[in-house]
Amino acid sequence: MELLDNGTVLSLITFLPLVGALVVGVIPRAREEAYKWAALLTALVVGVLSVVMAVQFDYGSSAKFQLGTDLPWIESIGSNFHIGVDGISLPMVVLSAIITILAIIYSWDHWEEPRNPKAFLILILLLETGMNGTFVALDLILFFIFFELVLLPMYFMIGIWGDKTPRTIAMFNLTTETRLYASIKFFLFTLFGSAFMLLSFLGLYFNSGDAGSRTFDIPKLIEMAPQLSALPIAGWLFAGMFLGFAVKVPMWPFHTWLPDAHTAAPTVGSVLLAAILLKLGSYGFIRIALPILPEQAMQWAPTIAILAVIGIIYGSLACLAQTDMKRLIAFSSVGHMGFVMLGISTLTEAGINAAIIGMVAHGIITGMLFFVAGSMHHRYHTRDMARLGGNATLMPKMGFILGFIAMASLGLPGLAGFWGEFMALLGAFKPAPGLPVGLFQTAMVIGAIGTVLTAGYLLWMLQKVNLGEPKEEWAGHEFHDVDRYEMAAWVPLLIATVAIGVYPKIVLGSTNGAVKELVSTLLENLA
Amino acid sequence: MTNLLLAFAAEGEELVEFGHGGQLQEWAWLILVAPFIAYVLILAYGKKLKYEGGEIAVAMMAFVFGYGLLLWLDTIRNHTVFEKAIEIGRIGDGMVLEWGWVVDGLSSMMYFVVGTVGLLVFIYALGYMKGERRNTFFYASFSLFAGAMLVLVASANLAQLIVGWELVGVASYLLIGHYWEDKANSSAGMKAFFTNKVADVGLIIGALALSVSVGSFRIKDILDVATHQGDALGAPFFGSTVAVAGALLLFFGAMGKSAQFPLHIWLPDAMAGPTPVSALMHAATMVTAGIYLMARMFPLYQEMATAARPIMIAVGAATLFLTGLIALVQDDIKKVLAYSTVSQLGYMMVAIAAGGYTAALFHLFTHAFFKALLFLGAGSVIHGVHSNNMSDMGGLRKYMPRTFWTFIIGSGALAGIIPLAGFFSKDEILGTLDYGGYTAVLWIAIAGAFVTAFYMTRAVALTFFGEYKGHGHPHESEGLMTVPLMVLAFFSIVAGFVNMPGFKFGESIVLRYTGFTEWLATRDFSPLGDHHPESLEWSLALYGTIAAVGGIALGWMFFGKDAETQEARDRVSIPVLYPLLRAKYYLDDVALALVGVIKGPAARFVDWTNTYVFDTIVNSFGFAAGWLGKFVYNVADQGVIDGVFNGSAGIASAAGGWLRKIQTGKIQQYAGALVVGAVALVVGFVLFNIN
Repeated sequence: MELLDNGTVLSLITFLPLVGALVVGVIPRAREEAYKWAALLTALVVGVLSVVMAVQFDYGSSAKFQLGTDLPWIESIGSNFHIGVDGISLPMVVLSAIITILAIIYSWDHWEEPRNPKAFLILILLLETGMNGTFVALDLILFFIFFELVLLPMYFMIGIWGDKTPRTIAMFNLTTETRLYASIKFFLFTLFGSAFMLLSFLGLYFNSGDAGSRTFDIPKLIEMAPQLSALPIAGWLFAGMFLGFAVKVPMWPFHTWLPDAHTAAPTVGSVLLAAILLKLGSYGFIRIALPILPEQAMQWAPTIAILAVIGIIYGSLACLAQTDMKRLIAFSSVGHMGFVMLGISTLTEAGINAAIIGMVAHGIITGMLFFVAGSMHHRYHTRDMARLGGNATLMPKMGFILGFIAMASLGLPGLAGFWGEFMALLGAFKPAPGLPVGLFQTAMVIGAIGTVLTAGYLLWMLQKVNLGEPKEEWAGHEFHDVDRYEMAAWVPLLIATVAIGVYPKIVLGSTNGAVKELVSTLLENLA
Repeated sequence: MTNLLLAFAAEGEELVEFGHGGQLQEWAWLILVAPFIAYVLILAYGKKLKYEGGEIAVAMMAFVFGYGLLLWLDTIRNHTVFEKAIEIGRIGDGMVLEWGWVVDGLSSMMYFVVGTVGLLVFIYALGYMKGERRNTFFYASFSLFAGAMLVLVASANLAQLIVGWELVGVASYLLIGHYWEDKANSSAGMKAFFTNKVADVGLIIGALALSVSVGSFRIKDILDVATHQGDALGAPFFGSTVAVAGALLLFFGAMGKSAQFPLHIWLPDAMAGPTPVSALMHAATMVTAGIYLMARMFPLYQEMATAARPIMIAVGAATLFLTGLIALVQDDIKKVLAYSTVSQLGYMMVAIAAGGYTAALFHLFTHAFFKALLFLGAGSVIHGVHSNNMSDMGGLRKYMPRTFWTFIIGSGALAGIIPLAGFFSKDEILGTLDYGGYTAVLWIAIAGAFVTAFYMTRAVALTFFGEYKGHGHPHESEGLMTVPLMVLAFFSIVAGFVNMPGFKFGESIVLRYTGFTEWLATRDFSPLGDHHPESLEWSLALYGTIAAVGGIALGWMFFGKDAETQEARDRVSIPVLYPLLRAKYYLDDVALALVGVIKGPAARFVDWTNTYVFDTIVNSFGFAAGWLGKFVYNVADQGVIDGVFNGSAGIASAAGGWLRKIQTGKIQQYAGALVVGAVALVVGFVLFNIN
């Protein structure tokens, strides 16, 4: 298995999609089947490789970075091509690889205007490189490049294939196309955050040693955590990273790009955005911000916890006010990612495990919700919940799947969404030593109350959309229920929802060892 | 792939086992899994079958019944205590997430109750649901309902208990809202779900507080602490806030499922579901969950968190009396029964809080049979006359003799008429209250018995006596429905004998049956403080019987004869309370108002802030960046002097200009502006920090 050494697998997982994109690019536009298969095959190979990676991975030492490589890259600034996976990034890479496959399968027969499957597939594959790269990168420059790389394909996806209805910008009395407003907002907002993140990365770099020995290497920087934390500007460095990651998550109050981007994006765009892109931010916190600057993480933890629970309540209440089904699902991410961030802010084994399993679950479940919302929009040509109704009568399978996945989204125990919420609350009951217990326990109670609101908006959505008699305007319409491409794309997600719910060890078995090490190192570095 | 699977296992031991048990207990997990397999099978193949999947559901329940019976008998014989668990995840080095199953007195009694009542109700449903909508989905959800309850009952740890608990909630939501074409029904399902979800907040926080403090989700470990007052194990917890708060929060959770005042408001509305659902929900699978939890955690309340008990008794007493009164003014026969369930749950709660472990569970046991009987009887009546309202009934004893006689037995058992099941269990509760010195509560409970007898007499009189007031021709139900009624009637008669004081088969009998208490309290900590009378409390039995007979007599006085209108008769009986009771103490209105505020103004305000505050800030930045881009462009491109002049013009046209740029899709300028800014900052940063 020498092929698997020296980071070959991880490099392939990262760059094969890029190659695939090139292949799709050179196939003539007329040969639609050919480039569709090329894209799917690429994604499938990456998927298989991600399974190979998961099998090769040594779970006994999941805290170590494995299967990676560390090659000189931009030597003048000491940036290396350093990649590897540990128990924390492993599930994320697998998730990203699988979601990409399903996105392509779903796309097979669902092209949104102005169609152009070729360009769309190229963008999906480019996105995959960015996503996988971010999860395997162990060098700040490398991380930053991949982190930013995902912006462009998503920007084009939203801007070209997005919602073309006009949208009025409140307070400015201007009207523009939704897709343009949303795509620019998404791009600039995220870029705004990552500019500060880059500054912090540079700050870490310049403080990582004397000229010549400076490094962007994440593991090395973690080793230097005590010195870096003690820097006078360490607070600012953390603040910069916080901005970059918090915008991406997104945490309240940096969330406003999300409902617009999600609502405007084409179905597959929303799925990828929800399933993977949001996780880049929370992953950044776990991988970079917390371990490198533990002291500041402790100082910021209460703030993060407060923002997280505000996000939970705010997101849920905002959902209750929505009339657009897709926008409702979009807003739900604010609440769900609030639980992820609450988990992270506790700086405990329970909390960070919760965050990762929560990220995976949210990726699967909310991705699935966007799939269904997209397919319903495809059939009804409206997302207005006042006009929908009786969906379960008109399309029983679609109705069942929507009901099932809404239950998963509200954190039903026994399905994937539960464990993340449950363990985040658990972490908040007993946060890391030194954190204000009263504040975190209050956050726990508010978060738990948030689950009631979550149940509220999802059940009301089901009542409006799924239940009741079909509205008169649909009388005489023939609706074709879930088709085979949809089934093929969805069944794996539904199975994963149950599997992780019943056997959370699928994720925890990988993460726990790494999280244990991360938390104990973090606490040691504090002393 | 094996590598992957082994790797997961490598982290720690996979299986843990406590207590003793044979193959029977080892394989008891089958009854937890069977309903879920049935769920999938019904959804997959149900449509092709004659009863649309009901066959699979009944077969599954028959298996659960048979296995449950074996487990119960074995527990009675051998006083089995068995626990086994499979690890499904681990948090750090400490807490372990597990699926487990417990076979002991408490859980095996519940397996038996769920199995028996479940099987009879499922068979009944085959007849009742014939020709209804979406039967396949109904039977699937029904199986899920039973399965969730079994998962809950079998829990060896609080995490699993929460899983079963909430799955029960979801199944009830699906079943209550089964006829979801009508918005009222889906709303009733949601009401049940939300009310329970509110209570679940308490359950989850309480479970976390206790588990994290003790360091284990295992109920066994938590109870271990709760029974070690004297030594180091229990010392940090006795008298601590977390113990009392945790116990009260668990109780709050139980208030939801077991419909304690004022969280009972969901249960009467839950009648929107098909009648078999009501029967199962009220007897075996849902409302007993809270009582079960209190019983499972009994030592916690009895030993450690004793401060929680007065609150529990107060809530239970309020429940048993106040909701019983509401039953007096209901016209819907199922609502009478629903409020009676709430009231009986109040009895159980009071008993367990007063230390009557056996009394509460005994009442749970007997109540399961006669309440299932009453609901199924009501269903049979509804099936016969096509109305829920007693004002459409009357005189049915002539048309539906089997239903009538079994209903009479059920009513008698509920009213506590000797020698029916309810008499013994109610007497045991009164005995517990007396023994504990809760005199005031004792009298409330006796008064409650009077009210119970009164409203049941009313219901029987209005339904089965007098003139028939409905339309069409009422008819007796088919055998699939009446046979379960008769079996349940049998249980309603004999269930009380299993705990008759002095009732022992002795060693020679196959069962070696030694009374209800001994096997029920097989855990060494369970019987603590439990007052289990060795003989009937004759004086209390007398009071209880006087109350019951008095209630029947008075009820017959008012309702034995037909009157002009329903309302007129009701007002005669309770003139002052009538408006208050009809309005159900205005609790629904309060709840609706609260939900209205959250769903309306609060949600709209939040959405408003999103659009008008946060978005506006973001957009302002955007416009400012656009203006900056334009300004830089002008300065760089057209020279400083022109730029100053044009700059002011630029401000004026900035807004429009930005949008124009959007529409042409030119993003580079703004991105450029940001990057320029970032670089400038970097330069400044480097200058400051690098010496």
